[in-house]
Amino acid sequence: MTNITDLGIAAIRDGVAKGTFSATEVATAFNAAVEAAQPALNAFIVTTPEKALEAAAKVDADRAAGKPLGTMAGVPIGMKDLFATKGTQTTAASKILEGFKPQYESTVSQKLWDAGAGMLGKLNLDQFAMGSSNETSAFGNVISPWRRPGDTAPLAPGGSSGGSSAAVAARIAPAATGTDTGGSIRQPAAFTGISGIKPTYGRCSRWGVVAFASSLDQAGAMAHDVTDCAIMLEAMAGFDPKDSTSLNLPVPEWTASLNADMRGKKVGIPREYRLEGMDPDVAKSWDDGIAWLKDAGAEIVEISLPHTKYALPTYYIIAPAEASSNLARYDGVRYGLRDLPDGAGLQDMYAATRAAGFGPEVKRRIMIGTYVLSAGFYDAYYTQAQKVRTLIARDFTNAFMDVDVILVPTAPSSAFALGEKSADPLEMYLNDVFSVPASLAGLPAMSVPAGLDRNGLPLGLQVIGKAFDEQGVLNASLALEQRAQFSARPEKWW
Amino acid sequence: MSVDTATVAKIASLARIKVTEADLSAMVPELNGILAWVEQLGEVDVTGIEPMTAVIPNHQRLRDDVVNADPLTGGDMRDAVLANAPAPEHGFFGVPKVIE
Repeated sequence: MTNITDLGIAAIRDGVAKGTFSATEVATAFNAAVEAAQPALNAFIVTTPEKALEAAAKVDADRAAGKPLGTMAGVPIGMKDLFATKGTQTTAASKILEGFKPQYESTVSQKLWDAGAGMLGKLNLDQFAMGSSNETSAFGNVISPWRRPGDTAPLAPGGSSGGSSAAVAARIAPAATGTDTGGSIRQPAAFTGISGIKPTYGRCSRWGVVAFASSLDQAGAMAHDVTDCAIMLEAMAGFDPKDSTSLNLPVPEWTASLNADMRGKKVGIPREYRLEGMDPDVAKSWDDGIAWLKDAGAEIVEISLPHTKYALPTYYIIAPAEASSNLARYDGVRYGLRDLPDGAGLQDMYAATRAAGFGPEVKRRIMIGTYVLSAGFYDAYYTQAQKVRTLIARDFTNAFMDVDVILVPTAPSSAFALGEKSADPLEMYLNDVFSVPASLAGLPAMSVPAGLDRNGLPLGLQVIGKAFDEQGVLNASLALEQRAQFSARPEKWW
Repeated sequence: MSVDTATVAKIASLARIKVTEADLSAMVPELNGILAWVEQLGEVDVTGIEPMTAVIPNHQRLRDDVVNADPLTGGDMRDAVLANAPAPEHGFFGVPKVIE
């Protein structure tokens, strides 16, 4: 029999429903895999084997009683430590929230538990989701399960959802939640050879998700393949009156409607993404993707998104501005860390607490955000960025008058080594060049594995869709998946 | 526009983050590098363009005017609200003395 931990969401759920194995056996197998990998990969900040077993026991009891089972019944998952989980420490990978035990459950995690999923633990991430390599976590780096052949240098699992990507790629979790502000689901998925989807802004409730940049933050699914992502996203999405930007729309039956036939569909290839000096392997995988979608019946159309080059600088004004405002709540008064030097007053306590609790990248972004919002600079930086954001979104609107989906690479390279880019913040920011534009426009986008580069490391292809058209994104991604036939896995060394 | 040590110290004070002299001298070139890079946005012609306010069209909702309509976000939650406070006192958030 295949190893249970090799299975994804659909296979586990169906196996549990059929009685091939029990949910408790599944949870036990993944708990053991998590425990064995934790010292080497550091994918989790806390593990919760008892929660996984508790959810599994309920599924097994429901099945024995003949009750209907949920769409994620018996599937133990990893929960990014940005989602508030009642009674289980939630840190956003920051010292400022160490020990914080939410008194309530986030909407997204509650929906997953309601669908029958269980929790293996809280996954490591870049601190407050600010990073592209998981190196800004206050709880240590996540080590990618991937290595370059013949080389033991630790590689980045991507970020900010680096614990999520590492756990799914290492097969210590069949799926994981992620959040995506500027690429934090898609880039780590690409780096680790898994699939990940960020839905349209507003599809998944942000209630109970630690806020980074509220106009961009969106939860999504990370899993082995497109079908598993569709199943999981369907369980996560839905209107929530507790989030003022939640979309009041029914959740479509994405899984039941999956269809890889691209006949009659037009796929846009934006010329501005073909950067000068592009990595030849990334360029080749993009060409492969174009050929695959053509093979699936699609018509390929060259398009223009003229403001693409301004997306990154726009993002690095808007996201820090929103972060500086959102993170004002960490003040040492209501929750989390308090640093009260002897004889200090209230203002000194705020400043000392925030100095001790936030990591360097978080401070950097709060400082940039504070500056671009400050009197005298607001119009030159923030208002200008919001105007350019309008133009970037308009580029997509115009393009989607002619095409159904857009195909681009997910990231400019395969995984880099830990430490390789962390010395220069700007160089790290440039890693988001292909993922940020869709975030600024609030569009659904997905990364699927395309193949391996010359270093034997995975590369991802990204499908960007119209607002609300997750189905179009999933379908094109499925067409790519069927032709890429990506089956590479990291060799187990942990 | 570029920032100097005094400006960065002012930003840190506005952001309520205590910084040392060493922090400041490390931050000045970093922030200047980032600010110089984002300044390319100035070359974009935005004549007649409205700043974005909502990325996906949506409308503001009002909840029903009912006390504790949603028990999760309603009142009577004092203990839950204080559960993670570093220094709760007599059912309140405790802070250092503000009035001398």
